[in-house]
Amino acid sequence: MNWSFFHKLGSPKWFYDISGRWLPWFFVASMLLLGVGSVWGLFFAPQDYQQGNSFRIIYIHVPAAFVAQSCYVMLAAAGIVTLVWRMKLADVALRCAAPIGAWMTFIALVTGAIWGKPTWGTYWVWDARLTSMLILLFLYFGIIALSQAISNRDTSAKATAVLAIVGLVNIPIIKYSVDWWNTLHQPATFKITEKPAMPVEMWLPLLLMVLGFYALFTVSLLMRMRLEVLRREHKTRWVRDALEKT
Amino acid sequence: MLQIIWLLFTREWRLAWRRPGQLLNPLVFFAIVISLFPLAVGPEPGMLRTMAPGVIWVAALLATLLSLDGLFRSDYEDGSLEQWVLSPHPLALMVLVKVLHHWMVCGLALVVLSPLFGLMLSLPAKVLPVLGMSLLLGTPVLSLLGAVGAALTVGLKSGGVLLALLILPLYIPVLILGTGAVEAAVQGMPVTGYALWLGCLAVLSLSLAPVAIAAGLRIGVSE
Repeated sequence: MNWSFFHKLGSPKWFYDISGRWLPWFFVASMLLLGVGSVWGLFFAPQDYQQGNSFRIIYIHVPAAFVAQSCYVMLAAAGIVTLVWRMKLADVALRCAAPIGAWMTFIALVTGAIWGKPTWGTYWVWDARLTSMLILLFLYFGIIALSQAISNRDTSAKATAVLAIVGLVNIPIIKYSVDWWNTLHQPATFKITEKPAMPVEMWLPLLLMVLGFYALFTVSLLMRMRLEVLRREHKTRWVRDALEKT
Repeated sequence: MLQIIWLLFTREWRLAWRRPGQLLNPLVFFAIVISLFPLAVGPEPGMLRTMAPGVIWVAALLATLLSLDGLFRSDYEDGSLEQWVLSPHPLALMVLVKVLHHWMVCGLALVVLSPLFGLMLSLPAKVLPVLGMSLLLGTPVLSLLGAVGAALTVGLKSGGVLLALLILPLYIPVLILGTGAVEAAVQGMPVTGYALWLGCLAVLSLSLAPVAIAAGLRIGVSE
């Protein structure tokens, strides 16, 4: 296998060029997917026979929760790359993805609370999956706080990477202990291995929304990373050239 | 290797005994936090009994966290931490000795004190061994996980609050299992499952946390 692309990833200039080319595509894809998915999901998908129209909030809730969880795994992966290959871009990715992940967790929690009021009759219950999302939010806060507390950039990168990895090891333990502690929430909506229990006209827009959220996540991550790369490399020649061109 | 472990251990003891006040501080904190609860919610024994496992465990959590804040600070400031990093002996082993010593002066003391507070919160006497056992298995995890956070924040001025922010979410499984064991005992249910899980966590953190602590200290010292 050709690994040269992996080494190229270490170069901020290469990343800046290639991400500039990818960005419009991801942007168009996210807008299309989110537009089609939300219009289909909010207006054309059939009503739920029990929950009526209030179920439609899953078209925001489930994708946000998906992205929130996979974003943490991405943080830990970036942390491993930072520690093992000392790649500066991995640190940039870690630092830029953490606030997005925290916001996604927050969106998932808020939409869940709004959905819970008509369905369960209360905004918040100490149910296992709600609680694990809340803990995930706290883990994000910890990573953001640590990355901002250390002023030296290299030290901060490595320390945050270690914390992200320790957190990833802990996530399954936290998840199972909280599950054991209390369970009221319905089981996971999507499983890769099983056919979903919803009719196709309900889950297809959901799938579009999930893909759209991932595309949106990529767009905002790339934009934040490009800005951070420019900020870090502002003394180099290629940044001056790139800025003069625009 | 055994010699260096012994040397480190005696050094830690000597340092600890020269400042006996600092040994007592977490315990006094533990006692005060626990006595605040009956004052806040009222002295009704039934309510105290339902709350007792949670109150004792949360107080133990906070006491450990407070005592961890200064775990590596004096070693960092006088430069002995740098000597540790430079020494030919494995850093993970040396920090393990240090953390275990911390557990012996803080966690073990909490275990010994816990039956007293269990009685004060009107837990039935037959539950007290379970309370002690859950703390005995759980507090090493608290010390080891907390030391990871203490290592990552070692050079920072405002370490205290940050340490709590980093570490408290990671303490949640221990809290759930520890209080779960005591509550099960209060209801007369078997506690073996909880005890085995707590033991699992203890073994896991005993084997993995020293590596993370050593990595954190290397980062902190290199600054």
